[in-house]
Amino acid sequence: MLDWIAGLASWELLALDPPGWGGVLLKGLAVSLQVAVGGYILGFLIGVGGATGKLYGGPILRDILDVYTTLVRAVPELVLILLLYYAGTDALNQLMVLIGAGPMDISGLAAGIFVIGVVQGAYQTEVLRGAFKAVPHGQIEAARAYGMTSLQVLRRITLPGMLPHAVPGLANLWLIATKDTALLAVVGVAELTLVTRQAGGTTKSYFLFFCAAGLLYLMVTLISNVAIRRIERHARRGMPAVR
Amino acid sequence: MGPELRSWKEPHRLVLIAIGIGIIVFAAVNMRWDWLPRYSWRLVEGVGTTLWLLVLTSVLGFLLAVPLGLAQAAGPWLLAAPARAFCTVIRGTPLLLQLWLLYYGLGSLFAQYPEIRESWAWPYLRQAWPYGVLALTMSFAGYEGEVMRGAFAGVPKGELEAARAYGMSPLTSFRRIWLPRAIHRALPTLAGETVLQLKATPLVATITVVDVYAIISRVRQDTYLTYEPLLLLALIYMMLTGVLVLAFRWLEAKVPVKS
Repeated sequence: MLDWIAGLASWELLALDPPGWGGVLLKGLAVSLQVAVGGYILGFLIGVGGATGKLYGGPILRDILDVYTTLVRAVPELVLILLLYYAGTDALNQLMVLIGAGPMDISGLAAGIFVIGVVQGAYQTEVLRGAFKAVPHGQIEAARAYGMTSLQVLRRITLPGMLPHAVPGLANLWLIATKDTALLAVVGVAELTLVTRQAGGTTKSYFLFFCAAGLLYLMVTLISNVAIRRIERHARRGMPAVR
Repeated sequence: MGPELRSWKEPHRLVLIAIGIGIIVFAAVNMRWDWLPRYSWRLVEGVGTTLWLLVLTSVLGFLLAVPLGLAQAAGPWLLAAPARAFCTVIRGTPLLLQLWLLYYGLGSLFAQYPEIRESWAWPYLRQAWPYGVLALTMSFAGYEGEVMRGAFAGVPKGELEAARAYGMSPLTSFRRIWLPRAIHRALPTLAGETVLQLKATPLVATITVVDVYAIISRVRQDTYLTYEPLLLLALIYMMLTGVLVLAFRWLEAKVPVKS
């Protein structure tokens, strides 16, 4: 029992400078966060496009978007990540060959952002579609009757009106995005989970490093929760309180 | 789903369906599928392992979620705080990290102790699947425990007071009123959680459990093919998800739910 506690307490392994692995873990965390933020933003763009397409697009576009969201939500993220990772890098390489630039090295970071973005896009499409639909139609008609252009209606009525309905879903998806980045470890992107395993494998202190990485992820989640609560309160201002 | 099924004969849908069939035929003819017969039996076994993991961990996870939810909804501080901490940690960290923590961390820790190595449990602890089952169970319990907390808290007080007025003991009223009503309220979320759990099962392949994902990885190593095995895998998971969704829809139709 004593040497177990001593083994737990080899804290110098977490030092920031090279004999310790703390710096490596923090760099991994930075990669994870970059992928999460990039993928989330890409997913948001896809989501806005997808939601508008599903609500206002033609029948063909709507069906294609339905296929996209259904497929992505029915297949495990791990499988999607493998498929999109290989397909995405392959397609890009062939495109480069086609325009005569020769195959290029695609950074794991960019590929990761692409993969997380496509997965997030499907879920965000559904969240945003529901939020758009939650804006009462009479408000939009009233805005039109006042002579607002469609862009003004969007900016003044639809966007502020949908925000309280979109924020909880979008916040949840942000938390999922931060955790989904861990799956990129399987394709060899040097994000937090993979570098943690490498650190553990080298030093044989698996327990210490996985707990440390878990704390880092937990901090991201808890800090996000504080921010989310603020944003939610801001988005819901003027609405009747729930509960 | 209703209007979509009703109108599949619309002209543009027929064209889209034709394109879809065309893609499938193209893939079947132009891609390499000659490995399929050799691995078909192993694939069936892999799907069996996946389903077995799904059912076992969902059931165990749900059984664990009930006390977790109850402790948070009505327990004393001493029980509620650890339950809430458990749910927060599980929901706040990636499942892959939890799985690797248990397998590599606990696994290497256990191996250091001769007492454990000589005990009856060691033949099991040496294998990977107990860690996979444990991680998946805790994950399901963490997410569903949060749902059960809301479900327990949401049962109308009047019903519990009525049970007490009829002279039921706390245990009887829990068994007859509180628990069934809470499960009833949590039922709609169960379908979604179970689909999420299915989609989480392939992670156990990273700790050498041989589920359907691991078989496909094996195919990829043996044949040097990238897309064909993965496409088949995506198809298998889509079918499993579809079956799950239909099964839960059937189940929910059996249980009257006030919408």
